[in-house]
Amino acid sequence: MTEQIQSRNVVAAIPNGGDSRSRRQTSNLRKNLFDYSGLIPFFVFATLFIGGPTFAVIFNAFLSNEGSWTLANVQLAFTDVYYLSLLSSLKLALASASTGVIFGLAIAYGVAISGKPKLQKIVSTASGVFANTGGVPLAFFFIAAIGNYGLVTVGLQKVGIDIYSGSFTLFGFSGLVLVYLYFQIPLMIIVVYPALEGIKSEWREAAVNLGASKALYWRYVGIPILTPAVIGSFFLLFASAFAAYATANVLTQGTIPLLPLQVGTLVSGDVVADQANVGFAMGLVMIVVVGIAMTFYTYLDRRASRWRKR
Amino acid sequence: MNKNNSSTVTAKPGLGLNAWMIAGLLFFTVPMFSAFIFSVQVGDGTYTLGAYRRMISDPGFGEALWISARLAILTVAIAIGIMVPTVTWLHIRAQRAKRIVEFITLLPLIIPPVVIALGFLGSMPLWLKDSVYMLVFAYVVLSMPYTFRSIDTGLSAIDVKTLVDAARGLGASWRQVMVSIIGPNIQSAIFGAIFLTVALVLGEFVISNLLLWSTLPVWMALVGMSDAEGAVALSVMSLVFVWLLLMLLSSLNRRRKVRVNVGGLS
Repeated sequence: MTEQIQSRNVVAAIPNGGDSRSRRQTSNLRKNLFDYSGLIPFFVFATLFIGGPTFAVIFNAFLSNEGSWTLANVQLAFTDVYYLSLLSSLKLALASASTGVIFGLAIAYGVAISGKPKLQKIVSTASGVFANTGGVPLAFFFIAAIGNYGLVTVGLQKVGIDIYSGSFTLFGFSGLVLVYLYFQIPLMIIVVYPALEGIKSEWREAAVNLGASKALYWRYVGIPILTPAVIGSFFLLFASAFAAYATANVLTQGTIPLLPLQVGTLVSGDVVADQANVGFAMGLVMIVVVGIAMTFYTYLDRRASRWRKR
Repeated sequence: MNKNNSSTVTAKPGLGLNAWMIAGLLFFTVPMFSAFIFSVQVGDGTYTLGAYRRMISDPGFGEALWISARLAILTVAIAIGIMVPTVTWLHIRAQRAKRIVEFITLLPLIIPPVVIALGFLGSMPLWLKDSVYMLVFAYVVLSMPYTFRSIDTGLSAIDVKTLVDAARGLGASWRQVMVSIIGPNIQSAIFGAIFLTVALVLGEFVISNLLLWSTLPVWMALVGMSDAEGAVALSVMSLVFVWLLLMLLSSLNRRRKVRVNVGGLS
């Protein structure tokens, strides 16, 4: 602000009118440069440690072992075990996100209409805490509960129920879906709650006064308002399950192929020499998938925010 | 029968809700309590803190904790050192650049950590790859979405421009502005950013595991291969610590709403 005033005074003090325009432009340029100079440390850091690594992944994905350009790595990422791991990662993300959306929405709706501020406060604090719970400790929590010798497993066996008698196993696909719910449900509650809060009781009253039944109200008011928020949340949950690594690594120990684990294996170097760069290609695939999901989330979240309580 | 059911549900709308709540409560508490009991129970049915003692006295624990603690301190220092001045600057001078900076800080949510590890291996010089401190830079990147948002929220609640102009007009240096004016005014936002960053560093597994550094979670996973009780005990300790941090954080967030509007003074 002060800079602006100063530079304007400088310009005004110059008697030659014809010259002042170009001078004002240079001083504006200088002011702009000054304005952005404070961001230099951030941009240097971002270029080195976000730009550099991202560029390296993209660059190497299209580079052959001999150093020439090639699409072979990307093609390889869509064959054999690599393709299978992409498919099972997509399947896991889809299953985990849709169950997370359903249970999270049910709990969030129940809490939102409960009209109990204390309950709402507790649920929002707990959601914030549990949504950030993941990784290695979460895997061991579930091993302690429903692992082969887990407390719940053993306790239920004593009353004649064997949770491992069917196809369920903690260390496979079904187990991962269940364990991921531990952070997916709270995440869903956090992101969808503002949308539920935004539904105003006046709208329902207005609809009822105009003769709408409960079903009609949901069909034409409730569901259309909630839909962008719910679908947007789905994409956020999808991305978080698709990229999760630690819990899956501890639980499955590589028994089911998942894309993040596959990339990890290639990073640690257990790899056939001619496939060295396929890891980068799979990394690129991951960025693209998560990027698409997050783009949908951002777009739908912006649409949903129109109705949000301010 | 069906009709009967639905009429009971409409008669007592609280019932369905309670069932959901109880199911949810069980789902989130059973693994927690199971883990605790699992870690203190011995085969013959007695209870002991032996697993905790065994883990804490293991030399690997001290080493892993020391690595994780150093990483956490350095990550916090760099993340706060970059983000607070940058976001302050965005508020007072370069509002137009805010969207691009925010977009960049959100990129780590699009690039999965495993891919960040891959990218660091593919782009960093050898001397940095050989050092455990390379993890610090990766962790600063991972923390950016949270540090940016927390500090931005804190600064949006105060009249930064007026405060800075007043301080500068009275002859304060930029260092003084940051330390004595901005810092204290967004204290809870900075603490929030610190807590989230510490929680993130203490829990981070992917990058340290792939770069072969034995941080706390990596060591925990290693212990788990041979000693389930020990690994569960470690998990309980680490999650309880992180939960305390996060709970402190949410109580800070609540307090933030009742702050005095400093900008109103000018």
